[in-house]
Amino acid sequence: MKHGILVHEIDDDVGVAVEDLKKGSKISAVTLEGKAAGSVTLVNNVPLGHKVAMRDMAKDKAVIKYGRPVGKAVQPIVKGAHVHIHNLKSARWAI
Amino acid sequence: MITPEKMKLTGYRRPDGRFGIRNHVIILPVDDISNAAANGVASLIKGTLALPHPYGRLQFGKDLDLTFRTLAGTGRNPNIAAAIVIGIEPKWTDRIVKEIAKTGKPVMGFSIERFGDLRTIEMASRKAMEFVQYATELQREPFPVKKLMMSAKCGESDTTTGLSSCPTVGRVFERLVKAGATLLFGETTELTGGEDIVQSRCVNEKVLADFNHMFEDYAALVKSEGVDLLGSQPTEGNIRGGLTTIEEKAMGNIQKIGRCKVQSALEPAVEPKGPGLHFMDSSSAAAEMITLCGAAGSVVHFFPTGQGNIIGNPIVPVIKISGNPLTVSTMSEHIDVDVTGILRLEMNLDQAADSAMKVLERTINGRFTAAEALRHDEFVLTKLYRSA
Repeated sequence: MKHGILVHEIDDDVGVAVEDLKKGSKISAVTLEGKAAGSVTLVNNVPLGHKVAMRDMAKDKAVIKYGRPVGKAVQPIVKGAHVHIHNLKSARWAI
Repeated sequence: MITPEKMKLTGYRRPDGRFGIRNHVIILPVDDISNAAANGVASLIKGTLALPHPYGRLQFGKDLDLTFRTLAGTGRNPNIAAAIVIGIEPKWTDRIVKEIAKTGKPVMGFSIERFGDLRTIEMASRKAMEFVQYATELQREPFPVKKLMMSAKCGESDTTTGLSSCPTVGRVFERLVKAGATLLFGETTELTGGEDIVQSRCVNEKVLADFNHMFEDYAALVKSEGVDLLGSQPTEGNIRGGLTTIEEKAMGNIQKIGRCKVQSALEPAVEPKGPGLHFMDSSSAAAEMITLCGAAGSVVHFFPTGQGNIIGNPIVPVIKISGNPLTVSTMSEHIDVDVTGILRLEMNLDQAADSAMKVLERTINGRFTAAEALRHDEFVLTKLYRSA
């Protein structure tokens, strides 16, 4: 199966859709070096460039991309969900 | 793999020993009210370039210093063969003329009071004509890559920039640093979430302390406004492209410096001393940042973009690199280097770096970038605070 998701690091919590991905489709993820990084069944439509949850995440979990925290989940996120400003917030510049 | 030493670079040797890759005669206004005269000269004399801007009056302190440094640095940039400086009165005009004159290149100042626009335009035009005839006789000559000074900043970033165009620049920068070139990056707020990476690259305690001071200063400014920067940093364009948080955006941004060490942390528009990669404290707004890079002496700029920032600069050719297939197909006239193959795994980062270096070489040797051909001449001064 051709990849539809790229991840920076193999254990990242989120991957990037490299094309518009449709809800219900099963999509495989790879690293830039072409290593398999699992697959997910999409629970939302995810447009090109947007993020997909590679696993279930609890509320307040630090979300890992590039092998590092890039913010925290502000609600529980299920595997295959679209991850963006509705469920992920910066942990910096908090007001 | 293309090594920088294999690139055949030609440029214009300036009296201070630096090399330019363009050969402009600029008409530089000191202040907003001298824009009309500067434009007047540029419309009369073929081959001149006016650089109008909205500031230069009643500024003071650090803000004034930065304006002086930016204007003088722009004139000092090796892409400039000669400069005419026009201000309303002679004192501030002379300050800028003197800084430019230190490079040894032809420069002359004119002030409008006691002459009026029309006589000033006539006098400045006669000198501009002389400068253009001087500049048009200058010839390109080969120069080594260690004489190259260039900069990078990304814009309208998205998740594809972190995966493709930014690490492509990182790969090229690693090669250029090895070859002894001088490189510049900045975008202080946009390192938030990855600042530890930059800190770990600082070559000594002083550079680290300088960087921390600049970074904390910007963080304090953000905090003092007491607002959520979502929509500004990341921008609405970043968000549309899939970036969610400043940490995520910073991690993409930082890919541009590859594994390079940071040799110094510079105030904005300050020329780096010595080769290697340097950090310059700066806004992440593209036009401001590239104008500051030009003032610091950068002669060409790598600009990775995701969603399609169309920025250009009047004196620094801006090379756009994109790995976003939607942007490359819908905005192709703005993109110089297509690295969309990375997302399809049809191109690795070394191959992408090779294509970026080929375009860099052609741009240095005179080929117009997309932004140059499209007349993207954004010259924007950074204003630190209100004028008096």
